Amino acid sequence: MKTLSAVDVLIVGGGWTGLLMAKELGSRTPLSVVVLERGPAHNPDEYVKEMDELDGAIRKRSGIKVQDCSKETATLRRSESERALPLRELGLLIPGTGVGGAGEHWGATSYRMMPECFEVLSKTVEKYGAKRLPEGHSIQDWGVTYDEMEPYYTRAEALMGISGKAGNIRGKLIEGGNIFEGWRSGEYPTPPTTTPYFSSLFGEAVKSLGYHPFPAPVATLSEAYTNPDGVSRPGCTYCGYCNMYGCMIGAKAQPTSLLLPVIKKHKNISIRTGVWIRRILREHSPGKGRVRGVTYTDASGEEVFQPAEVVVLATWTLNNTRLLLLSGIGEPYNVKTGDGNVGRNLSADFKIAAARVWMEKPLNRFIGSAPTGVSVGDLDGGVLDNTNLPFLRGGMLRALNSGYQPIATFGPVPRSVKGTWGSEWKKAAVNLYDQMEDVRYDGEFFAYKSNYMDLDPTYKDVHGDPLIRLTIDWGENEHRMAEFATAKGIEVARVMGAKEIIPFRELGHFDANPYVVTQLRGGTIMGKSPDSSVLNPYLQHWQAPNLFVLGGSVIPYAPTARPTLTLLTLTIRTADAIVDRYLKNPGPLA
Amino acid sequence: MKRRHFLTVSAATIGGLLIYSLDGKVFRVSAETKPVRVPLRFFSENEARIVAAATERIFPSDEVGPGAKDAGVVIYIDRQLAGPYGQDRYRYTQGPFESGAPDLGYQGKESPSQVYREELQKLKGFDQLKPAEQDERLKQIESTHFFSLLRRHTIEGMFCDPMHGGNIDMIGWQMIGFPGPRMSNRDDVAKHFGESFRPKPSSLFQITGTKVPASEDQK
Repeated sequence: MKTLSAVDVLIVGGGWTGLLMAKELGSRTPLSVVVLERGPAHNPDEYVKEMDELDGAIRKRSGIKVQDCSKETATLRRSESERALPLRELGLLIPGTGVGGAGEHWGATSYRMMPECFEVLSKTVEKYGAKRLPEGHSIQDWGVTYDEMEPYYTRAEALMGISGKAGNIRGKLIEGGNIFEGWRSGEYPTPPTTTPYFSSLFGEAVKSLGYHPFPAPVATLSEAYTNPDGVSRPGCTYCGYCNMYGCMIGAKAQPTSLLLPVIKKHKNISIRTGVWIRRILREHSPGKGRVRGVTYTDASGEEVFQPAEVVVLATWTLNNTRLLLLSGIGEPYNVKTGDGNVGRNLSADFKIAAARVWMEKPLNRFIGSAPTGVSVGDLDGGVLDNTNLPFLRGGMLRALNSGYQPIATFGPVPRSVKGTWGSEWKKAAVNLYDQMEDVRYDGEFFAYKSNYMDLDPTYKDVHGDPLIRLTIDWGENEHRMAEFATAKGIEVARVMGAKEIIPFRELGHFDANPYVVTQLRGGTIMGKSPDSSVLNPYLQHWQAPNLFVLGGSVIPYAPTARPTLTLLTLTIRTADAIVDRYLKNPGPLA
Repeated sequence: MKRRHFLTVSAATIGGLLIYSLDGKVFRVSAETKPVRVPLRFFSENEARIVAAATERIFPSDEVGPGAKDAGVVIYIDRQLAGPYGQDRYRYTQGPFESGAPDLGYQGKESPSQVYREELQKLKGFDQLKPAEQDERLKQIESTHFFSLLRRHTIEGMFCDPMHGGNIDMIGWQMIGFPGPRMSNRDDVAKHFGESFRPKPSSLFQITGTKVPASEDQK
């Protein structure tokens, strides 16, 4: 094995959090920073050539922005009694690859998390008592409060230029924004994006029902914006090629357009592509103590050891967990005894089409941008009164104008139409193509003791290392919440004047159908105590103080809000802690 | 060396529309044109005829608009099956192969091209049947993995960018009012509420002015 000369900071993974940490540390200190990325470099100037639905959203081969699952995937089962099988095609999970990671093809939805989410256990017990908690839950507080997060949220939003309308500025409620959100120190950096037709209909309907609709906050700019780093981006053109695509003009915040321009100015930061990380090495391996660096297989197949003073693990949720398990760092979670923490609290997006609707009039639904739409905060976790409801917490009703492409969306027909092929089906699917939409619901997915990750005993990656195994299913709380959401969605759809409505099917078991979930959380969670978490509140490993972990794996359950904005917020907070405290006195920060 | 297959089509067979030449450029076949030989990448001529007939029953030409034959769906599927997708270049294909719960996705060992080759054997003579008989035959297999692929690929071939061989002349897009990759809807996003807005479709080639390599053409 070839051993390279040591670097100060080694960042594993060149996606949102890894590149943001590289930018922060590399621009604020003279440290040598090396980012290791498995995939290729991307060229955002070429993204216009990738506006092809088949090779983009369907085959996912445009520009190779998505992980090649022939080399590595995950296995899935719903309970201990099932045999886990590999996810042989991408769909349920769409992990990014290459410089920018999934940040190049993400959907750009950018809500802050509600204040209670960070203290979900203590706030829920305070309100409803411990007896109301679902059986087998493993929710816990994060070890950081919303008030502590607020200034970092403000910085992350300024970085990305989030477009939105504030609903609570330092306690003053503002109509038109989300009046239920946590306090904000100021207005959003840019005004909300334009609300297209379908979302407008939704907004009017929910308002007449007494709800408080607000424009969804998005990381796709409503107008030209220059961020504090001096990076300028243009406003969105509503072309609809956002989710699963790189933005052709960089209106959507993506790491290549936002972070690379700054990184390129700093000679102390370098990015190494085509390297497949194999292990993180420990000083006294196996056991406790600092980490020494990582081993990887480079593009030519050579094994390399890269020593480092500080290692930042910033791959995706699954790979963060998998690398710790493969490297023997920390005790693996044991579902039978509850011992160990690596792998615990696996959770995921919980989003459903509460009501599929066919409207009277055409919607021009090719117009839009992935996250643009209208949301309702009245039913969210911490806002909704669960006293007389059969579930805890909540979620948001939403309408989106994502900008639809035909392969993914052609075909659904009202229930009165027989069959899924042939002339009757085709005529209905063609005639009603532009009238179909969804009233959506994004809810919270609790963490449960029975939902976790470990190494699969059977299936291997291209290098012969075990795949990560997901054991996950919905709990009673999610089933009851889905029923509640469906009833609310149908009510809204009726007020909207939908001529056909198909309610959400039963939640059933967690499955591998595409677009049910994409973002997983947990596995290397942050928390107040080393007894029940892998990382301290500064995302520093409890036992290995020179190892930091960033990304979806740190979040201990799945609140309503999509994680990306919060992950960038936590990354900035960790960067501050490293620069201001750790470098002066390398050791535990908590 | 493998014998090269061609799909010999008359204008009547394909609905009097468009055909592809060897280099992927489109040319128009009118009713007067003599039969054209389309080079096939994966199918034999017999297989291509069966797929053309079956996809036309899935997505027929009728008074609402064109169908699978008009859009060149069989040419699209032929190219997909010959390319990385059809050969399972990007699917996880390590064993063991277990038949699991259906909602964990397709777990079979066979690639899409293998599935087609095997299942088309069972449909010999399909293209000679009357439409009602063809529908009966398809109903017998409609719960199979093969049929789900066939249906999915038919929709893909109807609505893909024409660079992939289907959606000839963007007839699929015209039928449903999809304009293709349109650079800006900024001036239209807050207009046309409740009314159809149908800009003339453009393909990616027309938008960018350059030929973008299709994934099925990768070596």
